[in-house]
Amino acid sequence: MTAPARVRPDPDTGGRRSASGAGPAPVPAWRRGLRPYVLSLPAVLIIVGILYPFLLGAYYAFLNYAAVVPNPVFVGLRNFATVLSDPAFWSSVRTTLVYAVSATALETVLGVGIALLLSRSSLVGRIFERVLILPLMIAPVIAGVLWKLMFNPQFGVLNHVLGLGRTFDWLSESHALMSVVLVDLWIFTPFVAVLVLAGIRSLPREPFEASAVDGASWFYMFRRLMLPMMWPYILVAVIFRFMDSLKIFDHVYVLTAGGPGDATRTLQISAYQNSIINFNYSVGSTYMFLLWAIVFVTARYLVSVLGKAQRRAAGSEG
Amino acid sequence: MTRERQPGQRRFSPASIGADVVLLAWFLFSLFPLIWLVLLSLKSESEQISTFFEFTPTLSNFATVLSDEGARLTSVNFTEALLTSVLNCVGAVLVSLVIGVPAAYAAGRWQYKGSGDVMFTILSFRFAPELMVIVPLFVIYNQLGLFDTNVGMIWVLQLVTMPLIVWILRSYFQDLPPELEQAALLDGYTRKRAFLMVALPLVRPGIAASALLAFIFAWNNYVFPLILTGSSHTPVTVAVTRFLGGGGQAFYSLTAAAAIIAALPPLLVALSIQRYLVRGLSFGAVKA
Repeated sequence: MTAPARVRPDPDTGGRRSASGAGPAPVPAWRRGLRPYVLSLPAVLIIVGILYPFLLGAYYAFLNYAAVVPNPVFVGLRNFATVLSDPAFWSSVRTTLVYAVSATALETVLGVGIALLLSRSSLVGRIFERVLILPLMIAPVIAGVLWKLMFNPQFGVLNHVLGLGRTFDWLSESHALMSVVLVDLWIFTPFVAVLVLAGIRSLPREPFEASAVDGASWFYMFRRLMLPMMWPYILVAVIFRFMDSLKIFDHVYVLTAGGPGDATRTLQISAYQNSIINFNYSVGSTYMFLLWAIVFVTARYLVSVLGKAQRRAAGSEG
Repeated sequence: MTRERQPGQRRFSPASIGADVVLLAWFLFSLFPLIWLVLLSLKSESEQISTFFEFTPTLSNFATVLSDEGARLTSVNFTEALLTSVLNCVGAVLVSLVIGVPAAYAAGRWQYKGSGDVMFTILSFRFAPELMVIVPLFVIYNQLGLFDTNVGMIWVLQLVTMPLIVWILRSYFQDLPPELEQAALLDGYTRKRAFLMVALPLVRPGIAASALLAFIFAWNNYVFPLILTGSSHTPVTVAVTRFLGGGGQAFYSLTAAAAIIAALPPLLVALSIQRYLVRGLSFGAVKA
């Protein structure tokens, strides 16, 4: 995503080229040029304030810093060698990827489906549209608490309603990952749905009317007209969801704390356990450094895909 | 919200009835947990694990959560946690507004050298793994005495509120025709007055929506206070989890009551800004 070139007139002069008009004396050009910098300065200071701990965290990855090592020394890439040769790390990577890919894929399909259904004019849709976003606006950690109560094998309502008896354990080693993805779907599918719904509502009507006159089937219209025009909206939702699932923490932590065993131990939970519970800051930071690298590379890729899709959609509309 | 039937769509066709059935199924899945949470919160201690849908409702759980009894059970005072959340979130949003509005205006109006870098660095806060920043902050806060303080939380919540406010407001400022301010300049306004008296009032809905959305996300944040606060400045998200107990006794209906109290403020705010929500959630990328 490159910044668009300035197409608007200079916001400073307002077309007032000479000092002939009434009002205050014109501000010299060099001071006008400084304006955006002055306006951005506080934000830049905040950025520096946040980048400092960020860079410090990256630096920790190259130290042997832990609560038991109060005077850490530089150890080069030793943490990376340790972490990358640790099966626990790769298990964490796999868990994170399985989680992120399955949650994002299912949410995209469900979200687009719900958006399509809501975009028709139906009474049911009109009633439900108001409450669609409720799960999304609850804190994910509270959603985790809520589902933990529902998952409870003894008194939880889920086994009762689904007729699973009192023994089915949603958070057992073999089911836990599926269950935390299910909670992710519950929270975040509305996110995809509202974005895509807004996209559908903004589509021009003419191409659809024209192809209806030509006798095109609904499916043909969906595939050839709607989907290409909706693609940028879908991609924005996918980018947000995928990036966020890679660093998922809140509801997974409260549901399983990464367990049982390492069934739901995503990368951020691993880093939390290493840094905050075991006080091994350097190992935790190494995990985070590697996760950050994964997020960064993925973001660059997805944003370039989005740019292409936006240009294509603009072309197909114009 | 114009909603006409699409070409070829009939009001009562098998397909449209089928579609409504699918929608109903989703909303059953989506709303049932919330309804059940409300039911659970109304159950007495003896009924919380022995009943599902038939019980004698009581409001005592809400009273307990907010009283000293709740504080004794969880060692966190829930009323104080509510106050802490309000202070942290309002503080964080105000700081972000004061700092973010000028930055958003600068980014929306000028293409200055480095403007893209500033904006993308701010956006990257939204996508960076939180612990990358929190682990060093945990160490720094302990040295500076900011651990378990409101100031410390307001500072770190900028990671949540700043990107949101700056990016949403930039998109609003970009939509504003620069001719309006230019007309004001021709009328003899200074640049500062043109901004304060012309541009700013016109983006007021954007400012309100982004501030409220930032408030919601700051309120809902869990991982920052989990690590950076102790027991004296715990916000509600952490306080709710305390009711789940740790290995020992769990207070299910109390947990439900606490969860409802903690979830209500963001839900009410969200319903009030629904019209602006999509633009906010997508950081201005989708203008609905």
